[in-house]
Amino acid sequence: MKLTTGAVVKGGTSLNYKTGNWRDQRPIIEQELCKKCGICKDVCPDDSVKVTDDQYEIDYDFCKGCGICAHECTSDAIKMVHEEK
Amino acid sequence: MNNIKVLEGSEAVAWAVKACRPHVISSFPISPQTHIVEALARMVANGELNAEYIRVESEFSAASVLAGAAAAGSRSYTASSSQGLLLMSEVLYASAGMRLPFVITGVNRSISAPINIQVDHQDTMSLRDAGLIQFYVESCQEAYDLHLAAFKIAEDPNIMLPVMVCMDGWVLTHSYERVEFVDQEAVDIFLPPFKPEHYLDPKNPKTWGSYAESDVMMEFKYAIHKAMTEGKPLIKEILNEVSELTGRDNNGFIEAYRTDGADVILVAMGSVAGTIKDAVDDLRNTGKNVGLVKIRCYRPFPYEEIWEAVKDANVLGVMDANISMGSEGAVGLDLKAKMISKPEAPMVIDFIAGLGGREINSKTIAKLVDRAEQVYSSGIVMPEADWVDLNASILP
Repeated sequence: MKLTTGAVVKGGTSLNYKTGNWRDQRPIIEQELCKKCGICKDVCPDDSVKVTDDQYEIDYDFCKGCGICAHECTSDAIKMVHEEK
Repeated sequence: MNNIKVLEGSEAVAWAVKACRPHVISSFPISPQTHIVEALARMVANGELNAEYIRVESEFSAASVLAGAAAAGSRSYTASSSQGLLLMSEVLYASAGMRLPFVITGVNRSISAPINIQVDHQDTMSLRDAGLIQFYVESCQEAYDLHLAAFKIAEDPNIMLPVMVCMDGWVLTHSYERVEFVDQEAVDIFLPPFKPEHYLDPKNPKTWGSYAESDVMMEFKYAIHKAMTEGKPLIKEILNEVSELTGRDNNGFIEAYRTDGADVILVAMGSVAGTIKDAVDDLRNTGKNVGLVKIRCYRPFPYEEIWEAVKDANVLGVMDANISMGSEGAVGLDLKAKMISKPEAPMVIDFIAGLGGREINSKTIAKLVDRAEQVYSSGIVMPEADWVDLNASILP
């Protein structure tokens, strides 16, 4: 990658920059406890909770492991585990 | 045909800025800079200058306006002093990093506390590491000439950095001098409109200074350093163009005044150089081999040019109108750092002189030359900087 003068780059490119490797704690959703209320998706600051096949899932490409979802989950369906690197 | 006027240094700067046709001027008052932006306000109000004149609520905003304007592709300008320059510092580091070219006149004034509005170089020196190109001027004429150069240097595609022209408060900004102007048509040929490669455009969104992790941050910082060091020939070329325009001296990085055969050479920046030149003439008449190196361009630091002028001297007396608390003055440190690897280098003595407007006259200079000779003949390198005319008896 060649650097640009002044770090000027095309705008709207944040999806190209994966931040998942910043994660120290990994959220795990236990699907049998999940009530699909959507609070985790609402509170995620990185929009890293996705709904696929009627199931809530973490997008580990972008989740930074902040743990807000686990803290806010009313069903204790999300636990944070140490990220193995 | 050139025009000659007798006018205040501040007015001379305003006329130079006007001739460069800035699109955006931001302004926030602080002495002794205020007359410059006042003069520009008058030019805009009278319809003599077609620019967006933006009155802001702080110097932080004054600098931010310049950064935004430069990113949008506009030539932009402001002036400030002292605390105002310090308040800009965060924006100036960021602007240099985003490679946004604009011009600021740094009108030198002491920094509080205690509050003092007289001249010293502590304010602009505190910004020397921001990535700004810095010039220091001796006279109102030099201030005029270097402002013409400043925009062209800042906007050079291989440089793209903010330029600060530093000018002693009151001594220059409020003194009336004879200033020779360059015709507008000649300035227009010398300085074409600013057309940067990148500019803010909603149709083609871009980000400036985008995130850089540890794998690239050093390279970005090195690129700024390289723009300065490798930009030196470009700066020199632009200064030569200004010389052709004005018909005045070579406008190089330094001015070596009577350094041939000099045993003692003083090194200084700003208006004090004028006083030193007079003192050097007097001392030469009494048989003392004394000279002066005036540093005009401080960043990039013109070490090679200084070395050529001083290499045959016995001792250098550096006059620093600033102090890095707990160490020595900035120019002294720069020179010592570069010379320590040269065994044949002259001895360097750092004088802290003129803080808060403390007078420096011919007698002061003669005293410093004596002191330098005395230290040199003792052969003992001074352990720390010499504070000139310090009244130790009143210290708390």
